[in-house]
Amino acid sequence: MKILVCVSKTPETTAKISFEGGKTFDKSNVNFIMNPYDEWYALVRGVELASEHSGTVTILNVGTSENDAIIRKGLAIGANDAVRIDTEPRDSLFVAHQIANFVKSDSFDLVLFGKETIDYNGSEVPAMVAELLDQPFISYATGLKIEGQTATIARDIEGGTEVAKVDLPFVASAAKGMAEQKIPNMRGIMMARKKPLKVVAAVDIEAQTQFSSFELPAEKTECKYVDAENMEELVRLLKSEAKVL
Amino acid sequence: MILVFAETQNGKIKKAAFEAVTYGRKLADQLGVSATAVTFNKPEGVDSLGTYGAHKVISLNNDKLNTSDGQVLSKAISSYATQIGASHVIVSHSSTGKSIAGRLAIQLNAGLVSGVSSLPTDAANGYQKGVFSGKATTKIDILTQVKVLSLMGNSFAPDSSFEAVSVENVEVDALESRVKTIEVKTISGSTPLPEAELVVSAGRGMKGPENWGIIEELAQTIGATTACSRPVADSGWRPHHEHVGQTGVAIRPNLYFAIGISGAIQHLAGVNNSKVIVVINKDPEAPFFKEADYGVVGDLFEVVPRLIAALK
Repeated sequence: MKILVCVSKTPETTAKISFEGGKTFDKSNVNFIMNPYDEWYALVRGVELASEHSGTVTILNVGTSENDAIIRKGLAIGANDAVRIDTEPRDSLFVAHQIANFVKSDSFDLVLFGKETIDYNGSEVPAMVAELLDQPFISYATGLKIEGQTATIARDIEGGTEVAKVDLPFVASAAKGMAEQKIPNMRGIMMARKKPLKVVAAVDIEAQTQFSSFELPAEKTECKYVDAENMEELVRLLKSEAKVL
Repeated sequence: MILVFAETQNGKIKKAAFEAVTYGRKLADQLGVSATAVTFNKPEGVDSLGTYGAHKVISLNNDKLNTSDGQVLSKAISSYATQIGASHVIVSHSSTGKSIAGRLAIQLNAGLVSGVSSLPTDAANGYQKGVFSGKATTKIDILTQVKVLSLMGNSFAPDSSFEAVSVENVEVDALESRVKTIEVKTISGSTPLPEAELVVSAGRGMKGPENWGIIEELAQTIGATTACSRPVADSGWRPHHEHVGQTGVAIRPNLYFAIGISGAIQHLAGVNNSKVIVVINKDPEAPFFKEADYGVVGDLFEVVPRLIAALK
Protein backbone atom coordinates (compact mmCIF):
# COMPACT_ATOMS: atom_id res chain seq x y z
CA MET A 1 0.00 0.00 0.00
CA LYS A 2 1.36 3.39 -1.00
CA ILE A 3 0.25 6.33 1.11
CA LEU A 4 0.91 9.98 0.35
CA VAL A 5 0.68 12.48 3.20
CA CYS A 6 0.59 16.14 2.14
CA VAL A 7 2.06 18.48 4.73
CA SER A 8 2.06 22.24 4.93
CA LYS A 9 4.25 24.71 6.80
CA THR A 10 2.46 27.04 9.24
CA PRO A 11 3.43 29.51 11.96
CA GLU A 12 3.48 27.81 15.35
CA THR A 13 0.22 27.96 17.29
CA THR A 14 1.39 30.61 19.76
CA ALA A 15 3.12 32.84 17.17
CA LYS A 16 2.36 36.54 17.27
CA ILE A 17 0.92 37.55 13.91
CA SER A 18 1.71 40.90 12.25
CA PHE A 19 1.57 42.36 8.76
CA GLU A 20 3.76 44.68 6.73
CA GLY A 21 1.70 47.68 5.72
CA GLY A 22 -1.47 45.60 6.10
CA LYS A 23 -0.59 43.81 2.88
CA THR A 24 1.75 40.91 3.57
CA PHE A 25 2.29 38.53 6.47
CA ASP A 26 5.48 39.48 8.34
CA LYS A 27 7.46 36.24 8.61
CA SER A 28 10.38 37.67 10.55
CA ASN A 29 10.53 36.46 14.17
CA VAL A 30 7.95 33.76 13.46
CA ASN A 31 8.75 30.12 14.17
CA PHE A 32 7.38 27.73 11.58
CA ILE A 33 6.21 24.18 12.19
CA MET A 34 4.51 21.39 10.29
CA ASN A 35 0.80 22.16 10.27
CA PRO A 36 -0.34 20.32 13.44
CA TYR A 37 -3.30 18.51 11.81
CA ASP A 38 -1.07 17.26 8.99
CA GLU A 39 1.43 15.98 11.54
CA TRP A 40 -0.62 14.65 14.46
CA TYR A 41 -3.47 13.12 12.54
CA ALA A 42 -2.66 12.56 8.86
CA LEU A 43 1.02 11.64 9.07
CA VAL A 44 0.84 9.57 12.25
CA ARG A 45 -2.18 7.60 10.98
CA GLY A 46 -0.47 7.18 7.60
CA VAL A 47 2.62 5.71 9.28
CA GLU A 48 0.45 3.37 11.39
CA LEU A 49 -1.48 2.16 8.34
CA ALA A 50 1.73 1.62 6.37
CA SER A 51 3.10 -0.54 9.15
CA GLU A 52 -0.17 -2.55 9.43
CA HIS A 53 -0.31 -3.18 5.69
CA SER A 54 3.44 -3.42 4.87
CA GLY A 55 3.15 -0.22 2.89
CA THR A 56 5.10 3.00 2.53
CA VAL A 57 4.46 6.64 3.38
CA THR A 58 5.69 9.45 1.17
CA ILE A 59 5.56 13.04 2.44
CA LEU A 60 4.69 15.71 -0.09
CA ASN A 61 5.24 19.42 0.47
CA VAL A 62 4.78 22.31 -1.92
CA GLY A 63 7.32 24.95 -0.95
CA THR A 64 10.87 26.21 -1.01
CA SER A 65 14.01 24.76 0.61
CA GLU A 66 13.09 26.66 3.79
CA ASN A 67 10.65 23.80 4.41
CA ASP A 68 13.24 21.03 4.45
CA ALA A 69 13.58 21.01 8.25
CA ILE A 70 9.85 20.41 8.58
CA ILE A 71 9.95 17.64 5.98
CA ARG A 72 12.85 15.98 7.87
CA LYS A 73 10.73 16.00 11.02
CA GLY A 74 8.05 14.11 9.12
CA LEU A 75 10.64 11.56 8.03
CA ALA A 76 11.73 11.24 11.67
CA ILE A 77 8.13 10.47 12.65
CA GLY A 78 8.25 7.51 10.30
CA ALA A 79 7.64 8.40 6.65
CA ASN A 80 9.84 6.47 4.20
CA ASP A 81 10.68 9.24 1.78
CA ALA A 82 9.70 12.77 0.84
CA VAL A 83 9.10 14.91 -2.20
CA ARG A 84 9.16 18.69 -2.25
CA ILE A 85 7.70 20.54 -5.20
CA ASP A 86 10.01 23.48 -5.41
CA THR A 87 7.91 26.63 -5.61
CA GLU A 88 6.35 29.37 -3.49
CA PRO A 89 2.63 28.48 -3.08
CA ARG A 90 0.33 31.08 -4.69
CA ASP A 91 -3.14 29.95 -3.67
CA SER A 92 -5.02 26.78 -2.85
CA LEU A 93 -5.82 25.96 -6.46
CA PHE A 94 -2.16 26.33 -7.38
CA VAL A 95 -1.15 23.94 -4.59
CA ALA A 96 -3.92 21.46 -5.48
CA HIS A 97 -2.71 21.30 -9.09
CA GLN A 98 0.88 20.66 -7.96
CA ILE A 99 -0.23 17.81 -5.71
CA ALA A 100 -2.62 16.25 -8.23
CA ASN A 101 0.01 16.47 -10.95
CA PHE A 102 2.48 14.61 -8.72
CA VAL A 103 -0.05 11.92 -7.76
CA LYS A 104 -0.82 11.31 -11.44
CA SER A 105 2.89 10.79 -12.12
CA ASP A 106 3.01 8.01 -9.54
CA SER A 107 0.14 6.03 -8.07
CA PHE A 108 -1.01 6.14 -4.48
CA ASP A 109 -3.71 4.12 -2.75
CA LEU A 110 -4.46 6.87 -0.27
CA VAL A 111 -3.79 10.63 -0.12
CA LEU A 112 -4.07 12.16 3.35
CA PHE A 113 -4.20 15.79 4.53
CA GLY A 114 -4.86 17.51 7.87
CA LYS A 115 -8.39 18.92 8.23
CA GLU A 116 -7.19 22.48 7.56
CA THR A 117 -4.06 24.58 8.01
CA ILE A 118 -3.88 26.79 11.09
CA ASP A 119 -2.85 29.83 9.02
CA TYR A 120 -5.40 30.16 6.21
CA ASN A 121 -8.06 27.90 7.74
CA GLY A 122 -9.49 27.06 4.34
CA SER A 123 -9.98 23.27 4.03
CA GLU A 124 -9.83 23.93 0.30
CA VAL A 125 -6.96 21.89 -1.12
CA PRO A 126 -8.05 18.30 -0.27
CA ALA A 127 -11.40 18.52 -2.09
CA MET A 128 -9.70 20.19 -5.06
CA VAL A 129 -7.12 17.40 -5.27
CA ALA A 130 -9.86 14.74 -5.09
CA GLU A 131 -11.71 16.47 -7.91
CA LEU A 132 -8.59 16.76 -10.07
CA LEU A 133 -7.91 13.04 -9.51
CA ASP A 134 -11.57 12.02 -9.92
CA GLN A 135 -11.43 10.23 -6.56
CA PRO A 136 -13.79 10.11 -3.59
CA PHE A 137 -13.00 12.52 -0.73
CA ILE A 138 -13.83 12.19 2.94
CA SER A 139 -13.41 15.37 5.01
CA TYR A 140 -12.65 15.59 8.74
CA ALA A 141 -12.00 11.88 9.16
CA THR A 142 -11.79 10.81 12.81
CA GLY A 143 -11.11 7.12 12.22
CA LEU A 144 -9.79 5.10 9.29
CA LYS A 145 -9.41 1.33 8.95
CA ILE A 146 -8.48 -0.53 5.79
CA GLU A 147 -9.24 -4.16 4.95
CA GLY A 148 -8.21 -5.37 1.53
CA GLN A 149 -9.23 -2.66 -0.93
CA THR A 150 -11.97 -1.17 1.26
CA ALA A 151 -11.69 1.49 3.95
CA THR A 152 -14.15 2.10 6.78
CA ILE A 153 -13.95 5.74 7.66
CA ALA A 154 -15.64 7.84 10.34
CA ARG A 155 -16.01 11.58 9.94
CA ASP A 156 -17.28 14.53 11.96
CA ILE A 157 -20.55 16.08 10.83
CA GLU A 158 -22.50 18.84 12.59
CA GLY A 159 -23.50 17.44 15.97
CA GLY A 160 -22.49 13.87 15.25
CA THR A 161 -20.50 11.38 13.23
CA GLU A 162 -20.98 9.52 9.98
CA VAL A 163 -19.38 6.20 9.06
CA ALA A 164 -18.86 5.23 5.43
CA LYS A 165 -17.19 2.58 3.32
CA VAL A 166 -15.11 3.57 0.33
CA ASP A 167 -12.74 1.67 -1.94
CA LEU A 168 -9.11 2.67 -2.47
CA PRO A 169 -7.83 4.92 -3.91
CA PHE A 170 -9.32 8.00 -2.25
CA VAL A 171 -8.46 11.31 -0.57
CA ALA A 172 -9.19 12.12 3.09
CA SER A 173 -8.54 14.97 5.51
CA ALA A 174 -7.81 14.02 9.10
CA ALA A 175 -9.18 15.47 12.35
CA LYS A 176 -8.79 14.70 16.05
CA GLY A 177 -9.39 11.04 16.78
CA MET A 178 -7.49 9.69 13.76
CA ALA A 179 -4.27 9.22 15.72
CA GLU A 180 -2.30 10.49 18.69
CA GLN A 181 0.56 12.95 18.37
CA LYS A 182 3.91 11.14 18.13
CA ILE A 183 7.21 12.70 19.22
CA PRO A 184 10.08 11.50 17.02
CA ASN A 185 12.76 9.58 18.93
CA MET A 186 16.53 9.90 18.49
CA ARG A 187 16.72 6.85 16.23
CA GLY A 188 14.00 8.30 14.01
CA ILE A 189 15.81 11.63 13.81
CA MET A 190 19.10 9.93 12.89
CA MET A 191 17.43 7.76 10.26
CA ALA A 192 15.58 10.74 8.80
CA ARG A 193 18.87 12.29 7.72
CA LYS A 194 19.51 9.39 5.35
CA LYS A 195 16.01 9.09 3.92
CA PRO A 196 15.52 10.41 0.39
CA LEU A 197 14.08 13.91 -0.09
CA LYS A 198 13.50 14.46 -3.77
CA VAL A 199 13.02 17.97 -5.14
CA VAL A 200 10.88 18.29 -8.26
CA ALA A 201 9.92 21.25 -10.42
CA ALA A 202 6.48 22.85 -10.19
CA VAL A 203 3.93 23.08 -12.97
CA ASP A 204 2.93 26.56 -14.07
CA ILE A 205 -0.56 27.42 -12.84
CA GLU A 206 -2.15 30.88 -12.59
CA ALA A 207 -3.44 31.88 -9.17
CA GLN A 208 -7.19 32.52 -9.07
CA THR A 209 -7.30 34.49 -5.84
CA GLN A 210 -5.09 37.06 -4.16
CA PHE A 211 -4.95 38.62 -0.70
CA SER A 212 -5.79 42.30 -0.93
CA SER A 213 -5.30 43.19 2.75
CA PHE A 214 -4.89 41.84 6.27
CA GLU A 215 -6.20 43.25 9.53
CA LEU A 216 -5.64 42.47 13.18
CA PRO A 217 -8.80 42.31 15.31
CA ALA A 218 -9.76 45.44 17.23
CA GLU A 219 -8.27 45.50 20.74
CA LYS A 220 -10.57 43.64 23.09
CA THR A 221 -12.30 46.09 25.39
CA GLU A 222 -11.41 45.76 29.05
CA CYS A 223 -13.20 42.89 30.82
CA LYS A 224 -16.06 44.14 32.96
CA TYR A 225 -15.92 42.37 36.31
CA VAL A 226 -19.11 41.47 38.13
CA ASP A 227 -19.17 40.67 41.84
CA ALA A 228 -19.48 36.91 42.44
CA GLU A 229 -22.31 37.58 44.92
CA ASN A 230 -24.32 39.60 42.40
CA MET A 231 -25.38 37.34 39.52
CA GLU A 232 -28.55 39.43 39.04
CA GLU A 233 -26.21 42.15 37.78
CA LEU A 234 -24.54 39.76 35.29
CA VAL A 235 -27.96 38.69 33.97
CA ARG A 236 -28.98 42.35 33.66
CA LEU A 237 -25.80 43.19 31.71
CA LEU A 238 -26.22 40.23 29.36
CA LYS A 239 -29.85 41.18 28.71
CA SER A 240 -29.75 44.95 28.46
CA GLU A 241 -26.14 45.85 27.65
CA ALA A 242 -24.82 42.95 25.56
CA LYS A 243 -28.34 41.97 24.42
CA VAL A 244 -27.42 38.33 24.01
CA LEU A 245 -30.07 36.81 26.30
CA MET B 1 -27.08 35.47 -11.15
CA ILE B 2 -26.21 34.09 -7.73
CA LEU B 3 -26.75 30.43 -6.89
CA VAL B 4 -26.94 29.37 -3.25
CA PHE B 5 -26.82 25.73 -2.22
CA ALA B 6 -29.22 25.16 0.69
CA GLU B 7 -27.87 22.09 2.44
CA THR B 8 -29.78 19.64 4.57
CA GLN B 9 -29.29 17.21 7.42
CA ASN B 10 -31.72 14.37 8.09
CA GLY B 11 -33.94 15.63 5.28
CA LYS B 12 -34.29 19.13 6.74
CA ILE B 13 -32.85 22.44 5.57
CA LYS B 14 -30.10 23.48 8.01
CA LYS B 15 -29.84 26.80 9.80
CA ALA B 16 -26.53 27.40 7.99
CA ALA B 17 -28.45 27.14 4.70
CA PHE B 18 -30.87 29.91 5.69
CA GLU B 19 -27.84 32.09 6.53
CA ALA B 20 -26.32 31.31 3.13
CA VAL B 21 -29.57 32.14 1.31
CA THR B 22 -29.90 35.52 3.05
CA TYR B 23 -26.21 36.21 2.35
CA GLY B 24 -26.74 35.32 -1.31
CA ARG B 25 -29.75 37.66 -1.54
CA LYS B 26 -27.87 40.59 0.04
CA LEU B 27 -24.92 40.02 -2.30
CA ALA B 28 -27.33 39.80 -5.24
CA ASP B 29 -28.87 43.13 -4.17
CA GLN B 30 -25.38 44.69 -4.06
CA LEU B 31 -24.65 43.44 -7.56
CA GLY B 32 -28.12 44.16 -8.95
CA VAL B 33 -28.76 40.53 -9.91
CA SER B 34 -31.10 37.79 -8.67
CA ALA B 35 -30.52 34.96 -6.20
CA THR B 36 -31.57 31.37 -6.76
CA ALA B 37 -31.56 28.76 -3.98
CA VAL B 38 -30.97 25.17 -5.00
CA THR B 39 -31.56 22.08 -2.88
CA PHE B 40 -32.18 18.38 -3.44
CA ASN B 41 -35.29 16.20 -3.27
CA LYS B 42 -37.72 18.69 -1.67
CA PRO B 43 -36.42 18.67 1.91
CA GLU B 44 -38.43 19.87 4.90
CA GLY B 45 -38.14 23.67 5.03
CA VAL B 46 -37.76 24.14 1.25
CA ASP B 47 -40.96 26.23 1.14
CA SER B 48 -39.41 28.87 3.41
CA LEU B 49 -36.25 29.46 1.34
CA GLY B 50 -38.00 32.31 -0.48
CA THR B 51 -38.71 34.10 2.78
CA TYR B 52 -34.96 34.04 3.51
CA GLY B 53 -34.31 35.95 0.30
CA ALA B 54 -34.25 33.57 -2.68
CA HIS B 55 -35.99 35.00 -5.76
CA LYS B 56 -36.26 31.48 -7.11
CA VAL B 57 -36.17 28.11 -5.35
CA ILE B 58 -35.17 24.98 -7.26
CA SER B 59 -35.31 21.42 -6.03
CA LEU B 60 -33.11 19.13 -8.12
CA ASN B 61 -34.61 15.68 -7.77
CA ASN B 62 -32.88 12.34 -8.07
CA ASP B 63 -32.60 9.58 -5.42
CA LYS B 64 -28.86 9.45 -6.05
CA LEU B 65 -28.65 12.93 -4.48
CA ASN B 66 -29.64 11.51 -1.08
CA THR B 67 -25.97 11.26 -0.11
CA SER B 68 -23.33 13.26 1.70
CA ASP B 69 -20.79 12.45 -1.04
CA GLY B 70 -19.36 15.78 -2.15
CA GLN B 71 -18.53 14.49 -5.61
CA VAL B 72 -22.17 13.67 -6.41
CA LEU B 73 -23.54 16.84 -4.79
CA SER B 74 -20.98 19.22 -6.31
CA LYS B 75 -21.55 17.84 -9.81
CA ALA B 76 -25.31 18.43 -9.58
CA ILE B 77 -24.76 21.98 -8.26
CA SER B 78 -22.13 22.94 -10.82
CA SER B 79 -24.15 21.53 -13.73
CA TYR B 80 -27.09 23.65 -12.69
CA ALA B 81 -24.84 26.69 -12.08
CA THR B 82 -23.45 26.37 -15.61
CA GLN B 83 -26.94 25.92 -17.05
CA ILE B 84 -28.22 29.19 -15.53
CA GLY B 85 -24.91 31.03 -16.00
CA ALA B 86 -24.33 31.72 -12.29
CA SER B 87 -21.60 34.26 -11.51
CA HIS B 88 -21.36 33.30 -7.82
CA VAL B 89 -22.01 29.96 -6.16
CA ILE B 90 -22.43 30.09 -2.39
CA VAL B 91 -22.32 27.11 -0.02
CA SER B 92 -22.06 26.81 3.78
CA HIS B 93 -18.63 26.33 5.38
CA SER B 94 -19.89 23.13 7.02
CA SER B 95 -18.89 19.48 6.88
CA THR B 96 -20.82 19.16 3.61
CA GLY B 97 -19.62 22.52 2.29
CA LYS B 98 -15.99 21.62 2.94
CA SER B 99 -16.37 18.50 0.81
CA ILE B 100 -17.92 20.36 -2.12
CA ALA B 101 -16.49 23.91 -2.27
CA GLY B 102 -13.08 22.83 -3.58
CA ARG B 103 -14.71 20.54 -6.13
CA LEU B 104 -17.02 23.33 -7.33
CA ALA B 105 -14.01 25.59 -7.82
CA ILE B 106 -12.38 23.03 -10.12
CA GLN B 107 -15.59 22.13 -11.97
CA LEU B 108 -16.49 25.77 -12.61
CA ASN B 109 -12.91 26.97 -13.14
CA ALA B 110 -13.68 29.45 -10.37
CA GLY B 111 -11.65 31.07 -7.61
CA LEU B 112 -12.73 30.02 -4.11
CA VAL B 113 -12.80 31.86 -0.81
CA SER B 114 -13.84 29.59 2.05
CA GLY B 115 -15.13 30.66 5.45
CA VAL B 116 -16.32 34.09 4.30
CA SER B 117 -17.67 36.06 7.26
CA SER B 118 -19.28 39.20 5.78
CA LEU B 119 -20.50 40.88 2.62
CA PRO B 120 -17.75 42.46 0.51
CA THR B 121 -17.39 46.19 1.17
CA ASP B 122 -16.69 46.79 -2.50
CA ALA B 123 -19.43 44.86 -4.29
CA ALA B 124 -17.07 43.54 -6.93
CA ASN B 125 -14.51 41.84 -4.69
CA GLY B 126 -12.67 41.71 -1.36
CA TYR B 127 -14.24 38.78 0.47
CA GLN B 128 -13.46 38.90 4.16
CA LYS B 129 -12.54 35.84 6.21
CA GLY B 130 -10.74 34.97 9.44
CA VAL B 131 -7.17 33.67 9.15
CA PHE B 132 -4.40 32.53 11.51
CA SER B 133 -7.01 30.72 13.64
CA GLY B 134 -8.86 33.89 14.60
CA LYS B 135 -5.78 36.07 15.10
CA ALA B 136 -6.45 38.18 11.99
CA THR B 137 -8.83 38.78 9.11
CA THR B 138 -8.07 39.17 5.45
CA LYS B 139 -9.77 40.38 2.31
CA ILE B 140 -9.33 38.21 -0.74
CA ASP B 141 -9.98 39.17 -4.35
CA ILE B 142 -11.18 36.45 -6.69
CA LEU B 143 -9.64 36.89 -10.13
CA THR B 144 -11.95 34.60 -12.10
CA GLN B 145 -15.28 35.39 -13.71
CA VAL B 146 -17.14 32.73 -11.72
CA LYS B 147 -16.67 32.85 -7.95
CA VAL B 148 -17.28 30.22 -5.29
CA LEU B 149 -17.77 31.26 -1.66
CA SER B 150 -18.38 29.23 1.48
CA LEU B 151 -20.05 31.13 4.29
CA MET B 152 -18.86 30.69 7.88
CA GLY B 153 -21.68 29.56 10.16
CA ASN B 154 -23.16 32.05 12.66
CA SER B 155 -21.42 34.95 10.95
CA PHE B 156 -24.37 36.30 9.00
CA ALA B 157 -27.87 36.63 10.45
CA PRO B 158 -30.63 34.92 8.47
CA ASP B 159 -33.47 37.32 7.58
CA SER B 160 -36.88 35.78 6.90
CA SER B 161 -38.71 38.98 5.96
CA PHE B 162 -38.73 38.30 2.21
CA GLU B 163 -41.63 37.04 0.15
CA ALA B 164 -42.29 33.32 -0.11
CA VAL B 165 -41.84 31.77 -3.56
CA SER B 166 -43.04 28.43 -4.84
CA VAL B 167 -40.59 25.60 -5.35
CA GLU B 168 -39.75 24.55 -8.88
CA ASN B 169 -38.96 20.85 -9.27
CA VAL B 170 -36.35 19.76 -11.79
CA GLU B 171 -35.61 16.09 -12.48
CA VAL B 172 -31.86 15.72 -13.05
CA ASP B 173 -29.20 13.11 -13.72
CA ALA B 174 -26.69 12.39 -10.99
CA LEU B 175 -23.47 10.45 -10.54
CA GLU B 176 -23.43 7.12 -8.75
CA SER B 177 -21.74 7.64 -5.36
CA ARG B 178 -18.59 5.67 -4.59
CA VAL B 179 -19.00 6.40 -0.87
CA LYS B 180 -21.45 4.12 0.97
CA THR B 181 -22.74 5.61 4.20
CA ILE B 182 -23.29 2.83 6.72
CA GLU B 183 -24.11 4.77 9.87
CA VAL B 184 -25.06 8.32 10.92
CA LYS B 185 -25.11 9.22 14.59
CA THR B 186 -26.40 12.63 15.60
CA ILE B 187 -26.94 13.93 19.07
CA SER B 188 -30.59 14.67 19.61
CA GLY B 189 -31.89 17.47 21.79
CA SER B 190 -29.73 20.56 21.71
CA THR B 191 -28.56 22.57 18.69
CA PRO B 192 -25.26 21.25 17.25
CA LEU B 193 -22.30 23.32 18.49
CA PRO B 194 -21.34 24.89 15.14
CA GLU B 195 -24.88 26.29 14.84
CA ALA B 196 -25.49 27.16 18.51
CA GLU B 197 -26.00 30.83 19.41
CA LEU B 198 -25.60 30.23 23.14
CA VAL B 199 -22.89 27.93 24.50
CA VAL B 200 -22.08 26.96 28.08
CA SER B 201 -18.59 25.47 28.27
CA ALA B 202 -16.66 24.11 31.23
CA GLY B 203 -13.13 22.94 31.94
CA ARG B 204 -10.90 21.24 34.45
CA GLY B 205 -12.11 23.59 37.18
CA MET B 206 -15.16 21.30 37.38
CA LYS B 207 -12.93 18.74 39.15
CA GLY B 208 -14.82 15.70 37.76
CA PRO B 209 -17.61 14.54 35.43
CA GLU B 210 -19.98 13.99 38.37
CA ASN B 211 -20.21 17.78 38.85
CA TRP B 212 -21.59 18.58 35.36
CA GLY B 213 -25.18 18.84 36.62
CA ILE B 214 -24.91 22.60 37.19
CA ILE B 215 -23.47 23.12 33.70
CA GLU B 216 -26.32 21.19 32.09
CA GLU B 217 -28.85 23.04 34.23
CA LEU B 218 -27.40 26.43 33.26
CA ALA B 219 -27.47 25.41 29.59
CA GLN B 220 -31.08 24.23 29.85
CA THR B 221 -32.15 27.41 31.61
CA ILE B 222 -31.06 29.59 28.67
CA GLY B 223 -31.47 27.02 25.88
CA ALA B 224 -27.73 26.73 25.28
CA THR B 225 -25.57 23.87 23.97
CA THR B 226 -22.92 22.44 26.33
CA ALA B 227 -19.25 22.33 25.41
CA CYS B 228 -15.94 21.58 27.12
CA SER B 229 -12.20 22.16 26.94
CA ARG B 230 -9.69 19.69 25.53
CA PRO B 231 -8.41 18.19 28.83
CA VAL B 232 -12.01 17.45 29.81
CA ALA B 233 -12.72 15.59 26.55
CA ASP B 234 -9.34 13.83 26.65
CA SER B 235 -10.00 12.58 30.19
CA GLY B 236 -13.32 11.19 29.01
CA TRP B 237 -15.30 13.41 31.41
CA ARG B 238 -17.37 14.61 28.46
CA PRO B 239 -17.93 13.24 24.94
CA HIS B 240 -15.46 14.17 22.19
CA HIS B 241 -18.06 16.09 20.15
CA GLU B 242 -18.34 18.68 22.97
CA HIS B 243 -14.67 19.67 22.69
CA VAL B 244 -14.29 23.24 21.41
CA GLY B 245 -10.93 24.78 20.56
CA GLN B 246 -8.33 24.50 17.86
CA THR B 247 -8.30 20.71 17.64
CA GLY B 248 -11.99 20.37 18.44
CA VAL B 249 -14.92 22.30 17.02
CA ALA B 250 -14.42 25.98 16.15
CA ILE B 251 -17.50 27.99 17.11
CA ARG B 252 -18.75 31.58 16.95
CA PRO B 253 -21.86 31.83 19.14
CA ASN B 254 -23.44 35.09 20.32
CA LEU B 255 -22.68 34.17 23.93
CA TYR B 256 -19.95 31.87 25.26
CA PHE B 257 -19.75 31.00 28.96
CA ALA B 258 -16.27 29.73 29.90
CA ILE B 259 -16.53 28.15 33.31
CA GLY B 260 -13.42 26.83 35.05
CA ILE B 261 -11.39 27.11 31.81
CA SER B 262 -8.01 28.88 32.08
CA GLY B 263 -7.97 30.02 28.44
CA ALA B 264 -4.97 28.41 26.73
CA ILE B 265 -4.22 29.86 23.30
CA GLN B 266 -5.32 26.62 21.60
CA HIS B 267 -8.71 26.89 23.31
CA LEU B 268 -9.06 30.58 22.41
CA ALA B 269 -8.33 29.80 18.75
CA GLY B 270 -11.61 27.90 18.57
CA VAL B 271 -13.81 30.35 20.48
CA ASN B 272 -12.32 33.83 20.00
CA ASN B 273 -14.93 34.72 17.38
CA SER B 274 -17.73 34.48 19.96
CA LYS B 275 -19.54 37.80 20.12
CA VAL B 276 -19.72 37.98 23.92
CA ILE B 277 -17.51 35.95 26.29
CA VAL B 278 -18.29 35.50 29.99
CA VAL B 279 -15.51 33.97 32.08
CA ILE B 280 -16.13 32.45 35.51
CA ASN B 281 -12.93 31.39 37.24
CA LYS B 282 -11.61 31.44 40.80
CA ASP B 283 -8.12 32.41 39.58
CA PRO B 284 -8.06 36.17 38.86
CA GLU B 285 -4.86 35.61 36.82
CA ALA B 286 -6.51 33.15 34.38
CA PRO B 287 -5.50 34.30 30.86
CA PHE B 288 -9.10 33.94 29.69
CA PHE B 289 -10.08 37.17 31.50
CA LYS B 290 -8.02 39.11 28.94
CA GLU B 291 -10.38 37.85 26.22
CA ALA B 292 -13.56 38.21 28.29
CA ASP B 293 -16.28 40.82 27.96
CA TYR B 294 -17.61 39.98 31.42
CA GLY B 295 -15.67 38.29 34.20
CA VAL B 296 -16.62 36.78 37.53
CA VAL B 297 -13.83 35.87 39.93
CA GLY B 298 -15.18 33.25 42.28
CA ASP B 299 -15.80 29.59 43.07
CA LEU B 300 -17.82 28.21 40.19
CA PHE B 301 -19.64 25.78 42.51
CA GLU B 302 -21.17 28.84 44.22
CA VAL B 303 -21.34 31.25 41.28
CA VAL B 304 -23.08 28.95 38.75
CA PRO B 305 -26.03 27.98 41.05
CA ARG B 306 -26.42 31.69 41.87
CA LEU B 307 -26.43 32.52 38.17
CA ILE B 308 -29.07 29.84 37.48
CA ALA B 309 -31.24 31.26 40.28
CA ALA B 310 -30.86 34.80 38.90
CA LEU B 311 -31.81 33.61 35.39
CA LYS B 312 -34.89 31.84 36.69
